Amino acid sequence: MMQQGLLLAALLFAIGLAGVLIRRNILFMLMSIEIMLNAAGLAFVAAGAGWGQPDGQVVFIFILTMAGAEVAIGLALVLQIYRRFRTLDADELSRMKG
Amino acid sequence: MRDLLWLVPLLPFAGFALLIFAGARMPQRLAAFVGTGSIGIAALLSLLIARDVTTTGTPVFSQHLWTWVRVGGFEPAMALYLDALSVVMMLVITCVGFLIHLYAVEYMKKDEGFGRFFAYMNLFIGFMLVLVLADNLFLLYLGWEGVGLCSYLLIGFWYADPANGYAARKAFVVTRVGDSAMAVGVFLIFTHLGTLRIQEMLLTAQQQWPAGSALAITAAALLLAGAVGKSAQLPLQTWLPDAMAGPTPVSALIHSATMVTAGVYLIARLHLLFELAPPVQAAVAIIGALTLVIAGLSALVQRDIKRILAYSTISQIGYMFLGLGAGAWAASVFHLMTHAFFKSLLFLGAGAVILALDHEQEISKMGGLRSRMPFVFWPFVIGSASLSALPFVTAGFYSKELILRSVWSAGTLGPWLWLAGAAGALITSLYSFRLVFTVFYGAPKSPVTGQTGMPMVAPLIVLSVLSVAGGLAAWPSDSSGQGALSVFLSGVLPSVAELPQGGLDLLLQVIAATASVGGIFIAYIFFVRSPELADRLAERKGILQLVQRFWYSGWGFDTLYDTLVVRPFIRFTGIIRNDLLDLFFEGAAWYSEIFHRLLSATQTGRMRWYALWIAAGVVIIIGVVVFR
Repeated sequence: MMQQGLLLAALLFAIGLAGVLIRRNILFMLMSIEIMLNAAGLAFVAAGAGWGQPDGQVVFIFILTMAGAEVAIGLALVLQIYRRFRTLDADELSRMKG
Repeated sequence: MRDLLWLVPLLPFAGFALLIFAGARMPQRLAAFVGTGSIGIAALLSLLIARDVTTTGTPVFSQHLWTWVRVGGFEPAMALYLDALSVVMMLVITCVGFLIHLYAVEYMKKDEGFGRFFAYMNLFIGFMLVLVLADNLFLLYLGWEGVGLCSYLLIGFWYADPANGYAARKAFVVTRVGDSAMAVGVFLIFTHLGTLRIQEMLLTAQQQWPAGSALAITAAALLLAGAVGKSAQLPLQTWLPDAMAGPTPVSALIHSATMVTAGVYLIARLHLLFELAPPVQAAVAIIGALTLVIAGLSALVQRDIKRILAYSTISQIGYMFLGLGAGAWAASVFHLMTHAFFKSLLFLGAGAVILALDHEQEISKMGGLRSRMPFVFWPFVIGSASLSALPFVTAGFYSKELILRSVWSAGTLGPWLWLAGAAGALITSLYSFRLVFTVFYGAPKSPVTGQTGMPMVAPLIVLSVLSVAGGLAAWPSDSSGQGALSVFLSGVLPSVAELPQGGLDLLLQVIAATASVGGIFIAYIFFVRSPELADRLAERKGILQLVQRFWYSGWGFDTLYDTLVVRPFIRFTGIIRNDLLDLFFEGAAWYSEIFHRLLSATQTGRMRWYALWIAAGVVIIIGVVVFR
C-alpha cells in the first residue's frame, strides 16, 4: 500500500517539476509547484498511514497551510507582474541578469 | 604640584582629541578657546611645577605612569622624567607655544581649516612635551616621530597646492633618513646596555664603554644622525627652507622655536654618551660650524622673507651644535631658549607683515612699513637685534657670547671653530638687518591692506620683552661667576668647557661684539644710506653673480641630492616596475576577474534555468547521499 502511494507521489512530483521547467507561463508554473507540494503531502500521508503514525497527517496540514499562503502571495505577484510587463512569459521577464 | 606633571602633556592631547572629532562643527570662537586654552593651562601648570621644583631642593622628579609593553627584558615604561633640562624645555615649549597659539587665533581666522589647524598644533605640543619629558629612549622616540608627523601635517596644511604637499613629503622623507639611523642607534644601545631608561643607560654606558670605544662612537654617531636630520644641520638641512610652505605660526612654533631644536635637546640629554665618543663630539662641533656659515651665507641672498628666517634658523642651530661640540651644554641650551624667543618673534612679525600685505612674501616688494606698522616694526627690530647679538641689551648676545667663549679652548680645532662662529656673527647681523632695512625702510612698494589685531600684537610684545629679558638668565647668581641658567642646569649639564681667561677672553668678546655691530653697520650703509651700492652689486655679472646664485640655491644641495638620490631612485623604480613579485598580485587580480565572469554568466535572468539548476543540485545531493 505504502509502496504504491509513494510511487504515485514520485510520479506527481516529476510531473510538477517537468511543468515548472517546461511551461513558460508563470501561472502554469505556479500550478505545477502546487502539484509538487501535493505530491510531497501525499508522500507524507502514505508514509504515515503505512507506519501507523499521525505525524504524516500533521505535516500534511502544515503543507496545506503553506500552500494556501503560497498561492495567495504567488497570485498577487503574478497579477503585479502582468500589470507591469503585460506578459506572463517567464523567458521574457529576464531583466535581472548578471 | 609636581605630581600633576602628567597633566602637562595630557592637556594638549585632550585638546587635539576634542578638536579633531568636533572641531569642524564647533563655532570658530569655541575651537580657538579649546585649542589655545589647553596650551594656556599647560603653560600655567608648567610654570607652577617649575616654581615648585626650583624652590624645593633637587629639581629631579620622575613619574611612572604605566608599563607600556612587557616583552622579555624589554619593559619600556610610560614614565616622565623632570630635571633642570626638561624644566627649561617644558617652559619654552608651553609658554612660547601658548603665545604662538594666541597669535594664530587671529592669523588663521579666515581659514576654513581653523579647527584642524589647532588640532594639529595641539597634537604637536603634546608630542613635543612627550619628547622632552620622556624617561626612556623608547618614549622619546615616540615623541620624536610624533613631532615629525605633526610637522608633515602642518607643512602640508594647505594641501590643495601640490607644492605644499611636496614640501611636506620632502621634510618627512629627509628627516626620516636621520630618524632611521637614530632608531638603529637606539636598538644598539638596548642590545648592548640592556636598558632604555636614559639615566640608567648613561650610567651603564659610562661603566661598560671606555671613552673612545668603537661601540660608544657608533651609538653616538647614529644618534647624531637623528639629531642632524631633525635639527636641519648639514648634510640634511635641505628640508627646512621648503618647510616654510606651512602657515607662518607653524614656522614659528615647529620650524624655529621647538621641533628643530629637538636634536640639540637630544645631544644635551645624552651628553654623557657623547663625552665617551670624542670623535663624534668633534664632528658635532664641525657640523655646527659649517652649517652656521653655509646657512648664514644662503640667508644673505634669499628674497623670500620666510626663507631668510629659515636659513637663519639653520644657522642659529648651527651655533647650538657648535656649543654642544665644545662641551658647552648649558650655553647651547641657553641659546636654544633665547633663540626660541627671538626667532618665533621674528616669524610672528614676518607673519604680520605677510598678512598686512595680502600674502606677499618677496622682500623686494616690501618697504617703508616702519611708520605704517609700528607695532610690528619695533618687535621686529628687537628680535633682529637679539638675533644679531647686539651687545649688552639683548638676550641673543649673552647666549652667543657664552657659546663662542667656550669654543675657543675646545681642542686644537677650537680657534678655527671660534673664527667660524665670529664670521657667522657678522653674517647674521648683516642678513638680519638687510631684512629689517629692506622691509621697514625705504619707499613703500605695496599697499597695506590688513590691520594687525590685538591677539597678534600681544604675543609680539611679550616675546620682545623675553628677547631682551632672557639675557637676565646669564646674570651671575652665585660666586662662581656662572649665569643663573648655567647654575640651574649644572646638576644635569655640568660645564666642562674651559673659558679663556683674562685679556684673551676680553679680546675675543670684543671681536665678536664688533662683528655683530659691524654687520648692522654694513647693512645700514648698503640698504639705507646708499641703496644704489647694493643695486650695483646685484647687477654685477660674472663670478659674483655665480656666487649669488649658488648661495641662493642653498649651496646646490637640492640639485646634488636630486641627481645623486632622487632621480636614480625614480629611474630604478621605473625599471623594476614589472618585477616577478608583481606577478603574484596581478595573478590574484586576474583569477578573481575570471571567477567574477564565470559567476556572473550564471545569472542569466531566466527563471526556468534557475529552477533547473536547483533541481539538478537536489538530484546530485540526493544521489550522493543515497549511493555513497
